[in-house]
Amino acid sequence: MYTEKVIEEFTNPQNVGELADADGVGEAGSPTCGDTMKIYLKVEGDRIADARFRTFGCAAAIASSSVATRMILGMTLAEAWSLSNAEVLDALGGLPEPKVHCSLLAPDAIRVAINDYRVRRGLEPWERKSCSGGGDCGSCPKKG
Amino acid sequence: MNDLEERTLYMDHAATTFMKPEVLAAMAPYFSEHFGNPSSLYRFAGEPRNGVEAARGQVAAAIGAGPEEIFFTAGGTEADNWAIKGVALANRKHGDHIVTSAIEHHAVLHTCEWLERQGFSVTYLPVDEFGRVDPGDVEEAITDRTILVSAMTANNEIGTIQPVAEIGRVAHDHGVLFHTDAVQAIGAVPIDVDAMNIDLLSLSGHKFYGPKGTGALYIRRGTRVETLIHGGGQERRRRAGTENVPGIVGLGRAIELATADIAGHNRRIASMRDRLVRGILDAIPDSRLNGHPTERLANNANFSFRYVEGESILLLLNARGICASTGSACSSGSLEPSHVLLAIGLPHEEAHGSLRLTLGDANTEDDVDYVLEVLPEVIGRLREISPLTPPSPRVPEAE
Ligand SMILES: Cc1ncc(COP(=O)(O)O)c(C=O)c1O
Ligand code: FES
Repeated sequence: MYTEKVIEEFTNPQNVGELADADGVGEAGSPTCGDTMKIYLKVEGDRIADARFRTFGCAAAIASSSVATRMILGMTLAEAWSLSNAEVLDALGGLPEPKVHCSLLAPDAIRVAINDYRVRRGLEPWERKSCSGGGDCGSCPKKG
Repeated sequence: MNDLEERTLYMDHAATTFMKPEVLAAMAPYFSEHFGNPSSLYRFAGEPRNGVEAARGQVAAAIGAGPEEIFFTAGGTEADNWAIKGVALANRKHGDHIVTSAIEHHAVLHTCEWLERQGFSVTYLPVDEFGRVDPGDVEEAITDRTILVSAMTANNEIGTIQPVAEIGRVAHDHGVLFHTDAVQAIGAVPIDVDAMNIDLLSLSGHKFYGPKGTGALYIRRGTRVETLIHGGGQERRRRAGTENVPGIVGLGRAIELATADIAGHNRRIASMRDRLVRGILDAIPDSRLNGHPTERLANNANFSFRYVEGESILLLLNARGICASTGSACSSGSLEPSHVLLAIGLPHEEAHGSLRLTLGDANTEDDVDYVLEVLPEVIGRLREISPLTPPSPRVPEAE
C-alpha cells in the first residue's frame, strides 16, 4: 500500500533526534489517531541550518517527518513556513487516502517551531490558520 | 544478505492458517474427478454426495453434535450472520432483545448493529481487564424480551476464552437461546455442544488448516432459525446453493485433524508461546501482555509496547520477514483502535502499540528465537524515533 519511497524513508529515516541548542522547538499532534511529532530547528541568519525530529506514529507519519526535515534544510523561515503537506506527499510519491492526514503533522510542527523561534527572539508570531496545506489561505507568508 | 534476512516467518495464524497437505489431498478428487452436483439423481453424483455427508459427520463428531444439526456455509461470517439474524427473525413474536459482548468479532457486532436498525435492541456487555464476560452480567441483562445470547468461545485478538458453559446455562435458565462464535476455538478448546449448553455454534475452515470460504453453523435440533439464503433445496432447505464440495470435504478433514489431539497440540504450542511471552516481557521494558494470563488460546500472544505505534512495528517486522498483526488505530481503515483492546480498558496509546503474534503448527523453537532476537531491536529502534520515550529508558546502558 505504501510507495517504495515511503518504505525507504521509513526504514532509514534521516534527522532523527533532538538538538540540545535548538533555536526553535515545535510539537504537533493529530487528533485523528494520536500521532505526535516534535521538531527541533537550528536557525542561522534567516535560514534553517539544522533540523531534527521525533515522531510517534505510523510509517507514513515517520516517513513524512523524515522527508520534511530534509526538505526544509537550507530554506528561509518563510519558505519553511509555507511548506505544504501536498509537497510532502509529492516527495513521498503519495500516500494511501487514509494516511494523507499523517503528512500534515510535519508542516504543522515546523510552523509551531518557527513561531517558537520568533517568540524567543521577541518577534510577533506568524498567524496560523488551520492549514489546508494548499498555501492559498492567505496566512502563509509569500515565498522569497 | 544471509538466509535469515530472506526468511518468511508466519506468526499470524489467528488471521488465517495454511492448508495442511492431508486436507488438500482429501479435496483434490472433488475438483475434476468427482465433480458431480450432489443434488443430481444419477449414480455419478453419489461420490460428491458421500463426500459432503462424510464431512458433515466429521464436523458433528468434533463438537459432539448430530450430523443433521450441521449446516455448511461459506465461512464464519455467514455462520454468524445466519445464527443471529436467523434467530432474531424467527423469534420476533417472542421478543426483540439480544445480549452479546463488547469484544465480539465484527461478523457478530455489525450484524447486531444492523438488527438494531431493524428495531431490535441489543445489550453489549462489558468485559473485565482480561477480556472475560461475567455470566452474572448476562443474567442481569436478560429480560423477558430476550431471545438470544451470543458470546464468542475465544477472542481472535487477545485469545481470551469465555466461560461458555456458564453463559449457556444462564441463557437456558431463562429459556433464551445461546449462540457462540467458536471460529478461533476449534482445535484449541474442546467443544461439546450439550455439555456447554450451546444451541448455535459458528466455525470457519481457514482457522484450523482448512480451506478459506468454508464454514458451518451448528443448529440444535428443534431450534427456530429463519433461512437467509433462499434458492434450491440444499442443506435440507435451510441454506440454498450448490455445495462447495471440495471445500466441505476439506473442512471435514481439517476439523478431524484439528480435534484429534487438542491437549497435545495445546501443550506443544503453549510451551513455545510461553517462552516467547517471557522472553519478550523480559527483554522489552514497558511492555505488557494483553488478555488473560491462563484462560487464553494456547497460540495467542498479544503485547502492548508503550511509546510506539503498531503499524510501524508490523512494517519493521515485515522487513525482517515476520508476519504479525496489530490493533493500532493507524492500521485500521477507520483509524479507530481495536474495540477489543479498548474494551479491556487499554488507553489509546497502549492500544496503539499493540502487537499480536499467533503461533501455528509449522512454527518451531527456532522461530521463537528469531522473534526474540528481532522484536526487541524493532521496538528499540522505534523508541529512538518516538518523542514519548522517557529520556532515560529503563534499558541497560551499552558500554
Ligand atoms: C472470531 C471470529 N469470528 C468470525 C470470523 C470470520 O470468519 P470468516 O473469515 O470465515 O468469514 C473470524 C475470522 O476472521 C473470527 O476470528
Ligand atoms: S500516525 Fe496514525 S495513521 Fe499515521
